[in-house]
Formats: sequence, structure tokens, C-alpha cells
Amino acid sequence: MKLSMGPILFYWQRQEIMDFYASMASQPLDAIYLGETVCSKRRALSLDDWLGLARDLRSESDAEVVISGMALIEAASELSTLRRLCENGDVRVEANDMAAVQYLRQRGVEFTGGPSLNLYNAYALDEMVRLGMTRWVPPVEVSEALLRNLVGQARKEGLQIPEIEIYAWGYLPLAYSARCFTARADNRPKDDCGFICQDYPEGLPLLSQEGQPLFTLNGIQTMSAGITNLLAEYPRMNVMGVDMLRISPAARDMEAVVRSFDQVRQGAEPPLAIDGCNGYWYGEPGMLRVEEAGLC
Amino acid sequence: MQLVCPAGSLPALKAALRCGADAVYTGFRDDTNARHFAGLNFSDKQLESGLGLIRAQGRQLYIAVNTYALPDGWSRWKRAVDQAADLGVDALIAADPGVLAYASRNHPGLNLHLSVQGSATNAGALDFYHQQYGIRRAVLPRVLSLNQVRQVAAASPVPIEVFAFGSLCIMAEGRCHLSSYVTGQSPNLCGVCSPASAVRWSQEPEALSSRLNEVLIDRYADGEAAGYPTLCKGRFMVNGKRFHALEEPTSLNTIDLIPQLTEIGVAAVKIEGRQRSPSYVEQVTGVWRQALDRYAAKPSAFAVDAAWNTLLEKLSEGSQTTLGAYDRPWQ
Repeated sequence: MKLSMGPILFYWQRQEIMDFYASMASQPLDAIYLGETVCSKRRALSLDDWLGLARDLRSESDAEVVISGMALIEAASELSTLRRLCENGDVRVEANDMAAVQYLRQRGVEFTGGPSLNLYNAYALDEMVRLGMTRWVPPVEVSEALLRNLVGQARKEGLQIPEIEIYAWGYLPLAYSARCFTARADNRPKDDCGFICQDYPEGLPLLSQEGQPLFTLNGIQTMSAGITNLLAEYPRMNVMGVDMLRISPAARDMEAVVRSFDQVRQGAEPPLAIDGCNGYWYGEPGMLRVEEAGLC
Repeated sequence: MQLVCPAGSLPALKAALRCGADAVYTGFRDDTNARHFAGLNFSDKQLESGLGLIRAQGRQLYIAVNTYALPDGWSRWKRAVDQAADLGVDALIAADPGVLAYASRNHPGLNLHLSVQGSATNAGALDFYHQQYGIRRAVLPRVLSLNQVRQVAAASPVPIEVFAFGSLCIMAEGRCHLSSYVTGQSPNLCGVCSPASAVRWSQEPEALSSRLNEVLIDRYADGEAAGYPTLCKGRFMVNGKRFHALEEPTSLNTIDLIPQLTEIGVAAVKIEGRQRSPSYVEQVTGVWRQALDRYAAKPSAFAVDAAWNTLLEKLSEGSQTTLGAYDRPWQ
């Protein structure tokens, strides 16, 4: 199975971003995604910087390099930037909004469909394959059972499905808003946010009044409280025909995370149980760890 | 501007017609629509009877088949589309590219509206749905500022419908998994958000508490108004502070914006609330009918009647209303 590093969802400093990709270039990865997917106000790197980084990475790494587009496109300026990203000419694109699908389709280039596209069945996927989608990251709430049914539906109905890339490790992106929750927590208006989200390289924890970790605030994005980890599911995903596993960057030792996944695909025994949530994969509430909840 | 009103039942549909709705939207009684609540929506017989009334009065009926089809339930979504087409509804409201493709290829005469669940917030996405599936209208998510609505409407290949009044999603519709993260059931797949079956109220030693799948959503002091525990409207802890970290319990009310929305060229305004009572539908429809008629009669003299807002606030979550994202001067 192939292994990918997803785009950085948090707002890191420019140098941290550069150091991160320098270290990822030599990792056993088959694809590296980069680019800003959450907030257009984040400008540590401009689109041209990202594209330059993508081209540099391509010469330094064997991995396929992909630039990811934003998920929530509101302003006309954001739309024109997205168009420029899709029309970059040589770097593969991950579409996270139908506007990107539209621009990529018009260019006639193959692309990846990201987790924020609402695609849940083989008929919808067949539509996308016809337009050039060759790889698909299902929405994070998709379960193993849904995926299995989808693959079965495609076979039965003679529909085409793309390669499947599962969001296997990292904070789960759950929601997008016009409002910046990190700025709100600091009593700042969004238009004067002071780039406060840069103070939280793994997001800002949101807890219930009983102290239960519930979500992670990442600017306009709301994420899972903890990290999801599907490494223990590796054998089943392999049998099902999953093509690629995505690791989503966090501000910690990502080389160790890549190593743990790489060892399993090289034949090491997968862990029996993991830390972090995996409820979605089992068709349960996403926040749960099913072993702990006694559900498996 | 056309006034599009919700009906979760036949009495609500009648109330909407009586009070001046130009169009009524509803759904079938299963998970093919985004208000899949117990006791809500229409049986085939009720729908036929409702459609008869609508036709007699020259109004329109829209059917929402706006959840995302499950791979093992595809026949349900297909049947819902076929049924809507057979009834001869004035529009099918859908979001799933698979469902839209099926409808446009098998029922070319069926008028398609892109549901708010389709998350189309920009002209590029609208071009996509228009070119691929021939949509003839799109409902915009409630995340855009008025200026952004203006930009999108100007560049859109199809007429635009916006939300006018009702419960407010602070997240982009179709782009929110908070409910499934906590309860296992989501708007996209199950047609529910923060479902009633997961709600538990209890008088605990500390205070009255509302829980969703046992997660504490809020605690209320004596005398404090307690609202339905929608996940994004709870009080949580961030950096040691307790507050409505995502959104206050409040409803959207854009009655003040009727002149601007008309000038932008918005084709229709939509009232949220298929899950609400016939009395809610009656009162909200009545107020909006009066407001739209008053504006149409003499645009330059339009002023919002204080009584309208008083009534709308009474029907709102936490008795509060907001202009939501429309009111944002910035991007």
C-alpha cells in the first residue's frame, strides 16, 4: 500500500513549513501534499511560494507532489487564486471544492478529490472519474462498511471508482465556518485576527464544562479533539483494496509516525490497539475509541 | 423575490399557503432528506393532497431529496427522485452529484435546485453544477457576507436563493461532521443534526444539564433560558474560559435586508424550519409576506415594522436573532 503526507492543516511559521518538507523529502512516502487548505488569510507562503516549494520537492524526493486547494471558497479573490492554482500547468492538484473540480475538468487534467468533497456513493464517484478524478480521499465520517458497500456498488453497477486514499492518522477536519473560532476565543474580530492561530501549532483545545476534550479549534476549521489512528486496521484495509493511507501533519515527530506506518506495510505486525479515536471507521461516533467504548 | 416556506406536515403546508408562501418545500418520509425526524414529512397520500391544494392556488411545490445517497440505499434515492418527477413537482432540491446526475439524465424535464447541502459558496462551484446537471437555481450556504452574496449572484449562471429566517448553521452546510463525531448521525448521511434520540436533560446537583450522547453541551442556572442542545450552540471551555465558543443560540433574521437582497437580484428567500410547528410556519410566513409586499408596493418607503421583529424574535432560538454572516463587512 502507498503512503502519503497530507497538507499541513495548521498555521505554522514559514521556516517550520520549510523544515518540515525538507525532512519529509527523504521519508518513505509515495505522495506529499502541500498548500493552504483552511484560511486564505494565512500568508506564510504565497501560492507562488507553495508552487516553488512543490517543484523543489519534486526534484528532491521520489514522492509524487500534489498541491491542495482550499475547502471553503467565499470571496472572489479566493476563487481567482484557486483558479490559478488549478491552472499551474505541471503540479497535480487536490480539489477540496467543486470549483476546483470545475477548473481541473476544464483543463482536462487528472486530479485527487480531497476529504471535503461530499462524495459518498459509487454513482457520485463515477461522475468524478469521468471528469478526471483518479484518486479519492473519502469524507472523514465514512466507515469501513460504507466503503465496502461503495466498492460493491461500483462492481455491481459497472461504475468506475478511483484509487482510494484513507485519512489514517491525524486530527480529523470536521467543519468549516465563515467565523474564525481561534480569533473568537481571543476576543478578536476575524478581520483583525493577528494570525492568532499561529500560536497553536496543533490547534486550540475545546473542552466540555466537565473537562472532556471535545474539539480542536483551527481558525475557521473545527477538528477532532484527538488524533485518529487507523494503523491497527491496516490488514483489513489492504484486503479491501485501499490504495493509499494519508498521514496528516501535526507538530510532533512525524518521522516516527511515518516509520510506524512504513514498518507495517513492510510486513511488521500492526498494533492490536491504538491511542486516539477510530469510531468513524467502525460506523460509531467519530470521537470514540471503540476498544475503550467496548464496541468491538 | 419569491417566498419559499417549509412544511413538515400537511397542516404546516396549509398554513404556509394560507399566509402567502409562493412555494412550499418538503420531503419524503425517509432519510433521503435533511429533516429526517420522527413524525415529520409526508406520506404519498398526504403529498398528493397537499399538491392538489398548491395547484388550486397557483403556488409551487419543491421536494428536497438533499441528503447524500448511501451506497446500499441507492434505490431509496432513485425512488424519491422518480416519485418527485411523477408527481410533477416544480423543483427537486438535491445535493449529491450522483442523485443530480440520475435526475438530469432520467427526468430531463425536472427542474433541479442545488440544495444548501451542496456547499456551493462560489461561482466556480455553481458553474460546475450548472454545466454538469443543468441546475436552474442554487441555495447558498449561510456563511457568505452580503457583499459575497452580491459577488456570487453577479457571477452565477443560475438564480440564487438565500436563507431569510430560521435556525442558523454557523458551519458551511454540507461541510459539518460535528454531529456524527459526537452522535454517529450526520446531516449529510442521516438527515439529522444533534438528533433528539441522543439528547438527555437532567437536573444535576450543579445545574440543569443538557447532554448529547452523554457529552455535556450546556448547564443552565435557575431562570436561565435553556435551548435545544445543538452541538455548535453549547457552552464550552477554551483557554480556561466558559462561553459559546462556536455560536450563541440564535436565529437568522434578514428582514432588514429585503431591499439589498432584492437589489442584488436574489430570486427567492427561504424560511428554515420543516421541523417546526404549523403555528411557526403560519406566523413567520405571514410576517415575511407582509414585508415583501410592503417593499414591492413602495421600495423607497420600506421600513421594518417593529412588531415583525418582536414576533420573529419570539419564534427564534434563545429569543435572539442575528444577521449572521450577511452582516460582515470583511472577507
